[in-house]
Amino acid sequence: MGTIPQEHYEPKEGTTSKWINDRLPIMGMIDHLQKFPTPKNLNYAYVFGGILVLFLVIQIVTGIVLAMHYQTGEASAFKSVEHIMRDVNYGWLLRYAHANGASFFFIAVYAHIFRGLYYGSYKAPREILWIIGVLIFVVMMATAFMGYVLPWGQMSFWGAKVITSLFGAIPLVGESLKEWLWGGPFVGDATLNRMFSLHYLLPFVIAGLTVLHIWALHHVGNTNPTGVEVRKESLETVKKDTVPFTPFYVTKDLFAILVFLIAFAFFVYFAPNYLGHPDNYIEANPLATPAHIVPEWYFLPFYAILRAITFDIFWIIPAKLGGVLAMFGAIAILAFAPWLDTSNVRSTTYRPIYRWWFIVLVIDFFVLMWAGGQPAEGIVPLVSLLATIYWFAHFLIVLPVVGLIEKPLPRPETIEEAFRAKHSDDDNDRNQSAGIAAQPAE
Amino acid sequence: MAHGDDKEGNGHGHVADEDRRDILFLATGATAAVGVASAVWPLIDQMNASASVLALSSMEVDVSALEPGQEMKVSFLKAPVFIRRMTEEDIAEAQKEDIGDLPDPSARNPNMPDADATVDARLLGENKDIIVLSGVCTHLGCVPLGDGAGDFNGWFCPCHGSHYDNLGRIRQGPAPENLPIPVASMDGDILKLG
Amino acid sequence: MTTMIATNLPASPRSLRNKGTDMRYTIASVLTAALVTVSSAALAAGGGKIKDHDFSFDGMFGAYDQAQLQRGFQVYEAVCSGCHGMKHVAFRTLADENGPGFSPEAVKAIAANYEVADEEGEPGDTRPAKPFDYFPTPDVGGNPPDMSLLGKARNGGADYIYSLMLGYTGEEKEAGDVILYENTAYGGYLNMAPPLYGDDVEYADGTEPTLKQVSADISAFLMWAAEPKLVERKQAGVWSMTFLLFFATLVWFTNRKVWARVKHPEDHS
Repeated sequence: MGTIPQEHYEPKEGTTSKWINDRLPIMGMIDHLQKFPTPKNLNYAYVFGGILVLFLVIQIVTGIVLAMHYQTGEASAFKSVEHIMRDVNYGWLLRYAHANGASFFFIAVYAHIFRGLYYGSYKAPREILWIIGVLIFVVMMATAFMGYVLPWGQMSFWGAKVITSLFGAIPLVGESLKEWLWGGPFVGDATLNRMFSLHYLLPFVIAGLTVLHIWALHHVGNTNPTGVEVRKESLETVKKDTVPFTPFYVTKDLFAILVFLIAFAFFVYFAPNYLGHPDNYIEANPLATPAHIVPEWYFLPFYAILRAITFDIFWIIPAKLGGVLAMFGAIAILAFAPWLDTSNVRSTTYRPIYRWWFIVLVIDFFVLMWAGGQPAEGIVPLVSLLATIYWFAHFLIVLPVVGLIEKPLPRPETIEEAFRAKHSDDDNDRNQSAGIAAQPAE
Repeated sequence: MAHGDDKEGNGHGHVADEDRRDILFLATGATAAVGVASAVWPLIDQMNASASVLALSSMEVDVSALEPGQEMKVSFLKAPVFIRRMTEEDIAEAQKEDIGDLPDPSARNPNMPDADATVDARLLGENKDIIVLSGVCTHLGCVPLGDGAGDFNGWFCPCHGSHYDNLGRIRQGPAPENLPIPVASMDGDILKLG
Repeated sequence: MTTMIATNLPASPRSLRNKGTDMRYTIASVLTAALVTVSSAALAAGGGKIKDHDFSFDGMFGAYDQAQLQRGFQVYEAVCSGCHGMKHVAFRTLADENGPGFSPEAVKAIAANYEVADEEGEPGDTRPAKPFDYFPTPDVGGNPPDMSLLGKARNGGADYIYSLMLGYTGEEKEAGDVILYENTAYGGYLNMAPPLYGDDVEYADGTEPTLKQVSADISAFLMWAAEPKLVERKQAGVWSMTFLLFFATLVWFTNRKVWARVKHPEDHS
């Protein structure tokens, strides 16, 4: 296996680049990043990594400037957010970008995760790359949860109270753990202040994990839609299967980023509160619970799993603890995908049976999202339970079993071959349509 | 050929200068620059004074209760402002000084720029009997004592011993300039600061 | 990694299915958006019936109607302000160009009608408000909600407030020592007596104060109070979207040109 051969960086004698690089090999690193050999057949499902880096930057930058005006504390938090919205120059833009930025961050991360599942990005030798990704996802969720508490509206307060109460379900230490998290017997100043402190810290943990994630990626190389690895025998074969990241994927990712930003801008400017909840414009009131507490949309699938367990498991695990374990387990199980999948084919494109199960998993995810947003009554608890069971069954049963019984479709031998086949089709199309003239040969 | 030494046509060759001058690439780069600049501006502008801070940048003070010889101190933009109604004796005393002998002959009055530190240029009001001073010593920023303090019956800064006369003009000590007069105007008995 | 290839069959056209994946992904993304939309809409539903009123600030190019905001403020002052405060709204903002747009003198006069706490006096002392002060909260029982954010704190926003004003059925019932009033927008009984009947104010601009008119005006005013930067936001939005569309188009062509020599090397030999 090993890393992809890449041309060695050799700065010219007497240049500033050489002077710097001899002391700190940063020019070499930049050169490596720029020219990183990237499979030439990546499709638009592979753009979300770049989008996620951009959104991490957007969230950190808008967050830092919001922190210049935000005042933590029960008496001042809500008021200072209104100060930001009404008085601070562009404060409304910064806050709406930050709040909707969280939503779009999650849209991108879910797309990124499902892309990884579809194309087998978790398989050897990318297990660590994948696990770091799962860790980033967990820290992202913690960060988003704490951030939602900061405006100190009704949903902030009750969300904080309900979710932290989950820890009370842990046997023996639960109650003390809950009070430790709250900083006392109630959710108040102490709770809010630590949420702010950690909300400011965790994004930099994400940034650090992202560096590791990209480091691992650059060591093992990207997957691609065929699942066939880049031929690493020599520089020559690498060049046939890949293109340098710059300019090819800079322009492609930038185009995708802009399309994504158009959707983001639409929400920020024209529907900034659409993904939020009106109750969070009511200041926190510890004496009145809102009629229907729901987390932000991106937590709904996992919230549904939490609520799905309404019965004691094996008479040993009480329902409350069972829900908590199921919720954290539903995320943790992702990390075991590399070992649960028994197929020796990477890309689902060539897996005729698994493909259907993958579609079921995607549908299951949306069913959970729907169920998490409904009041737990009528058919909702049953649907939540069935969808939860499938979520686990997918990883624990479908992934191991289908890999053993499935006969995969034939795959191309090389990336080059797949790429050439696809674009010679394009050429035929092009030659048939008179409208688009071929570029003049120069 | 437009693509430098990318002879194999696999994208790994060097991009020639001709490519960099391509009008399409230039337009894209320029547009990116405009986009980045527009995105950065709100991040910079948010640090400028907010609307609620600007709302405090002017203030009205009713000075009708101020008798000749009386002094009041108000807080304006989180700093003290001295307001004093002069007696006729005060004015007479102040008029004795020759502007040329003063350490700082400038009026330091933004309402009358370039004026000399005469009685007329230092006082406000229809009767020219109100003195309004920023209460921050021009030496190192301490708040001077008032009510005729110091050797010149005006203000005295206890930090480093600067003596100001009854028009707030520096007369002795390390302070380099007269106490400045804030932007202010009088409408009857209402003093408008800022 | 050659072991990953289970069969050594020559690549058939069928093996190159990934061509369809882009499209599948697009469909998946659209589905995601649709489902998020549907689930949010489902959350927003429930409760009473909300009429969709045609406000001037609806839509991408919508803006507040200054005359309407001024009328709405008259209604707030005459009817609502007895019970409901607006502690996040400063009097000075009544002069905003994209808001009610009162003159600075008018704002000063409006502010002086309200008493606020005098922080320089004894505790409990009050003084007439100044433009930089905020609308005070009246000292009344029953916890009437603060109106600063009402336009955003209810599902339906301004439409909800409008529907609430018109939604009283006339049915009443007693619960303990309070009277509750049935309202179709609220979807049940609430403890606020019908506040508006028409002819509640005499409009300075001569508009006829019918119940519908007064209800629409107060709803618009409360939307402005909750979202005073709406006009700036939508204007910036139109500019940003135009810019992003233009930029994306340029990058699309740039990207196509960059890839052309790899996708179609025969055109570039």
